[in-house]
Amino acid sequence: MRREIPLAITFLAGMFMLVDFFVPHHRVSAAGEELKQWGTIVIAASILLGIGNLIRVHSKKIARRQSGWGFSLVCLSVMAVMLWFGMWPGAKLGPNPLVGSIAQGSYFNWMYLNMDVPLQGTMFSLLAFFIASAAYRAFRLRSPEASLLLISAIVVMLGRVPLGQLLTKGLPEKATLPWLTEAIMTYPNMAAFRGILMGAALGVMAMGLRIILGIERSYLGGEK
Amino acid sequence: MRALLPALSLSVSVLLALFPPAGRAADAPLSEVVRETAAPAAVTGLQARDYLDNNDRGDKIELSWCLSADDGAGALSVLEYRVWRSQAPDEQGELVATLEPGTAAHVDTGVTPGVAYYYRVEAFDGALSSPAATAGPAVGRINLFQTSRLPVLVLSLAFFAMVIWFTRLAARGTNLFVRRIPGLNAVEEAVGRATEMGRPVLYVPGIGEIDDIQTIASLTILSHVAKIAAEYETPLIVPTARSVVMSAAEEVVKEAYAEAGHPDNYNPDNIRYLSDAQFAFAGAVSGIMMRERPAANLYLGAFWAESLLFAETGFETKAIQVAGTANVSQLPFFVTACDYTLLGEELYAASAYLSREPKLLGGLKGSDWMKVITICIIVAGVVLTALGVPQFGRWFFTQ
Repeated sequence: MRREIPLAITFLAGMFMLVDFFVPHHRVSAAGEELKQWGTIVIAASILLGIGNLIRVHSKKIARRQSGWGFSLVCLSVMAVMLWFGMWPGAKLGPNPLVGSIAQGSYFNWMYLNMDVPLQGTMFSLLAFFIASAAYRAFRLRSPEASLLLISAIVVMLGRVPLGQLLTKGLPEKATLPWLTEAIMTYPNMAAFRGILMGAALGVMAMGLRIILGIERSYLGGEK
Repeated sequence: MRALLPALSLSVSVLLALFPPAGRAADAPLSEVVRETAAPAAVTGLQARDYLDNNDRGDKIELSWCLSADDGAGALSVLEYRVWRSQAPDEQGELVATLEPGTAAHVDTGVTPGVAYYYRVEAFDGALSSPAATAGPAVGRINLFQTSRLPVLVLSLAFFAMVIWFTRLAARGTNLFVRRIPGLNAVEEAVGRATEMGRPVLYVPGIGEIDDIQTIASLTILSHVAKIAAEYETPLIVPTARSVVMSAAEEVVKEAYAEAGHPDNYNPDNIRYLSDAQFAFAGAVSGIMMRERPAANLYLGAFWAESLLFAETGFETKAIQVAGTANVSQLPFFVTACDYTLLGEELYAASAYLSREPKLLGGLKGSDWMKVITICIIVAGVVLTALGVPQFGRWFFTQ
């Protein structure tokens, strides 16, 4: 029964969502929306599991003074501070609810905008350096395929900046870098892109069918 | 005073000629500006039909028409279209909409299901209305099938039939050939390498939520990886960005260790929830790579901009890296920075490929044959459209 009940729920929910896709009747649509909202509620409520895991893993690390326990201490402290400023009921400093609120102007909001967002922005901006190092490796002339990649990349990169237009100024239109860039992106690139996309879409359908019919069940833990 | 009246009249005429009212061409001749006895040209081709959307209550009727010849052209600019609805063909009925010039369609949302309605559409130029175009009767109905999705249904049924047929064939013992997927063969090699080096394996199931099929595909692969890791007695670290995925991963890894006969080696602290925030998660995973130095990094699931952060950090730590995602825009990053990459569908094929279970292999064969059919349809569509027969291609248009 431990397996049968989840499989039955999966089958019924999966079949219902399939029916919802093809049947436009408003009652079916409303039920489908309701089901999606249940999913959203379950997912939102599960954040408690995540917090529990975070506290358990890092508390153990701190208690055992494992390598890097200081980072765990920072992680838990910061989480506690954010929780307090965001959720502590009734704690108000002055006339505005600066504590116990996530509204604009609250301490929580200030910390989010001035600490969390810049930190995430920093991680994101690291991509620029990583792209440069990855491109350096990818564009080395190791094989015919890599050479083709290098040539295409040079054409596309130059074709998208004013320098590329300047370099091929005066040539027939079909010999200019912007035109070649457009041709590479529109035909070979798009063909490969769509090929992968179609394959993936069929993979999704096959996987979905296997899950709905209970053929694929290892995502429930184990295979038997 | 009497002499003033003609002078005033003349002044008004001149002013009207110099500063025409809104909606009229500034350079229109005076004779046309003052001609108010002619109505604008009528709209043509008015059609009224039941409107079918994805939340069908039968309370909508869709209208479409061709614009009046005086809309944006001609001497008498149309200022608005007026839509009238009635329950008898010869009635003027109720004005249900006034629409901007240039509008050639409207959805009337206030109808009662099952009642027949007649529609009249007039072009109005601010003074006079065109003769009305009429259409009807049109009835709003509660539909039980989204007709525009018929091609999807037909092809889906064909696909499902093939998958089931191949699954049965495989269950009967027919040997189904599946091409070699190097990225999946490398999974065991990667875990083996980590074992030899005495370092852990890192498995990132993406940052998708549990309702993302890529995440579910990733969890099925995690089951196989966990089993290998359990057999080799190698620690397996699974950082997650979603708490539901963490719960599912805990269950999957725990069961896999039990199936491999090493339930005691399962360490729940290695299945970690880090953060829902994309780059906080990326930073935390990078930190794990730098501090715990896993010898094998597996990134399988839904990834976005963090993909290259993972792959490049992993490259710095000299780990063997296997990646796979169906997010096409991230594939180039993985191909560049990882040792092996599963492209799109290979991610979904992994479970069947690794387990070699006949029932799962049937699904792979079904997908392959559907691809053949898709290619045939595309080629036929291109050829027929080029030959001037667009109907075949149009049949596949969907909503």
